[in-house]
Amino acid sequence: MNASPYSPEEASGVWVYLEHRDGKLEGVSLELLGRSRELAQETGESLTALLLGEQVEPLAEEAIAAGADRVLVAEHALLGQYTTEPFTKVITGLIVEQRPNILLLGATTNGRDLAGRLAVRLRTGLTADCTDLSIGPKSGLLLGEVTGFGHGILATIECPVHRPQMATVRPGVFPRPVADPTHSGKVERVDVILSASDQPVRVVKQTSRRAADVTQAERLVIGGRGMEGDFALLRRLAKAVHADVGATRVAVDQGWVREDRMIGQTGSVTRPKLAIICGASGAMQFTVGVKDSETIIAINSDPEAPIFEVADYCVAEDAFQVIPPLIEALRREPVEEKS
Amino acid sequence: MHTIVCLKVVPKSEEVTIDDETKTLDRSKARSEINPPDMNAVEMALKLKERNGGTVSLLAMGPPLFEPYLRLGLAMGADQAFLMSDRAFGGADTLATSYVLAEGIKAIGSFDLVLCGDESSDGATGQVPPGIAEWLGLPQATDVRRVDVSDGSLSARRELGAGSEVVEADLPCVVSVKHDVNEPRFLDSGRWDWAMNEAPVQIWSATDLEIDVEKAGVPGSPTVVAGVSVAEGADRRREFLSGSPEEIATQLADKIRAWVKP
Ligand SMILES: Cc1cc2nc3c(=O)[nH]c(=O)nc-3n(C[C@H](O)[C@H](O)[C@H](O)COP(=O)(O)OP(=O)(O)OC[C@H]3O[C@@H](n4cnc5c(N)ncnc54)[C@H](O)[C@@H]3O)c2cc1C
Ligand SMILES: Nc1ncnc2c1ncn2[C@@H]1O[C@H](COP(=O)(O)O)[C@@H](O)[C@H]1O
Repeated sequence: MNASPYSPEEASGVWVYLEHRDGKLEGVSLELLGRSRELAQETGESLTALLLGEQVEPLAEEAIAAGADRVLVAEHALLGQYTTEPFTKVITGLIVEQRPNILLLGATTNGRDLAGRLAVRLRTGLTADCTDLSIGPKSGLLLGEVTGFGHGILATIECPVHRPQMATVRPGVFPRPVADPTHSGKVERVDVILSASDQPVRVVKQTSRRAADVTQAERLVIGGRGMEGDFALLRRLAKAVHADVGATRVAVDQGWVREDRMIGQTGSVTRPKLAIICGASGAMQFTVGVKDSETIIAINSDPEAPIFEVADYCVAEDAFQVIPPLIEALRREPVEEKS
Repeated sequence: MHTIVCLKVVPKSEEVTIDDETKTLDRSKARSEINPPDMNAVEMALKLKERNGGTVSLLAMGPPLFEPYLRLGLAMGADQAFLMSDRAFGGADTLATSYVLAEGIKAIGSFDLVLCGDESSDGATGQVPPGIAEWLGLPQATDVRRVDVSDGSLSARRELGAGSEVVEADLPCVVSVKHDVNEPRFLDSGRWDWAMNEAPVQIWSATDLEIDVEKAGVPGSPTVVAGVSVAEGADRRREFLSGSPEEIATQLADKIRAWVKP
């Protein structure tokens, strides 16, 4: 057996790894803190946030307001930018020393890069890309829900005897907690010992752009392969209904839309009031990203498309025939933006 | 330059169904394919070989039915293939899978680069490549769109949600390749006979490589599937609108207005 460094009896505490960019916590980290607060309540444990970087201590307050009882702050020049080994080394040290029960990370590119490495170094179990987390009512174990194969299949994964129980969670799965400035928590600085030899991978160039955040959108117009690259049409529709634009993975892979707008298991999980989905078949890996929408309109030329099983209003028509007159009709009586 | 590509065979996800009675996955009706991003990894390896010379090896862990798919990779241009196949490897999660693959990589021997896909469609969603890197104690670069290799070092462009970065590392290292970053080539008909009949596909069992079966398969896997269910989802109206496209557009506009205005 692959044995983890400590046993369930020795483990205690829910830990959340915080990601940050440009001096702000990432949305997914706040979402994890909000949900972890509830999980920690259920297991009767405290909630610790892990903050690694260079001059990041000011962010600790934000984590405490979002629910952390304690923030472990690790600062070092070699943590200024994410690279796998220094982050893995520092976190492994803290985990082996303090023995948390649960460790949660955002399923972002770097979150997955780190989680996969950490789980093997700790010889523990990792449930990746969860679309929900809960605590088993009898077992007290962390349950991670993942979308399995094909249409409409969900699996629940648990890690009975290895600790920490690790999971990564998609952005947007949990609502952002309302900041509570009265919530109190401790900030603990930890010693970091790293040298250049701990950084075998060097970042030589970084290009960042402002990422769209579809997780908070109230209205979404979403396109799939059936749009055949014509997202200009969808952008016009989006403008007419004051919506953001989202896309399936195929539309992103084709290069029609940027990756930050991808919705689903690999993309973001959204919960808009209104989603208008055009030319998407309704694969499970996509629909997990829209299933909590209040109202779903689906336009797909194939009346048998599975997307209609999750839609409120179904339009079995060519999107290119319906969308232009729809934009016209919406223009005839301008839509007022709901405040 | 020797590149090892880890390649997995997966059932076509749109063809897997759920058995209504037992609520378990029914893969029997699904056809298989090479995990799509792994095809991009093979293509990347073949391009590197064209530029730098060397050898491309294919490695998979799975049942014997994987073998013909490895032969397809050989027909595309890879030089040799290895299949780790043993009942003891079955039911593996990320930890056990990456352990067995790392043992296979060590057995293949001296290499410069390991290429994987960024995630498998039935799977561990991208956790195997960092796992392999950790078992081997090598640097990793995940979600990579482009690689350049020169003088024993690697330069790779990683795709991040909000931008991208270029990283450098010494070889050997482990890279996961993003889906759709290149156009996998067709099979080379000139290689077909060799690939299908003559080319050796080395099959390794646990005993062949002295693999610790306690670290493989089910015993080596910390995670277990606690349940499989059908997604319930909200109760939807599923109301089909009818009429000409213009009529439908008018009906939709009315509905959308109600949702956009309070
Ligand atoms: C591990 C893994 C993770 C994944 N994660 C995601 C994810 O996060 N997000 C995601 O979206 N996918 C994801 N996928 C891919 C997913 O399985 C589907 O392949 C994808 O969602 C399909 O995209 P699509 O609906 O745009 O394309 P298709 O499935 O090809 O559907 C196109 C649809 O357009 C319709 N159509 C064609 N022409 C027209 C027209 N003129 N008017 C109207 N309709 C038309 C067709 O009838 C068809 O139903 C993932 C897959 C895997 C294996
Ligand atoms: N059984 C396997 N055999 C060979 N390669 C694998 C196997 N499982 C995973 N991989 C590799 O790891 C990548 C990511 O898979 P995963 O972590 O399962 O999402 C795949 O694209 C493959 O390159």
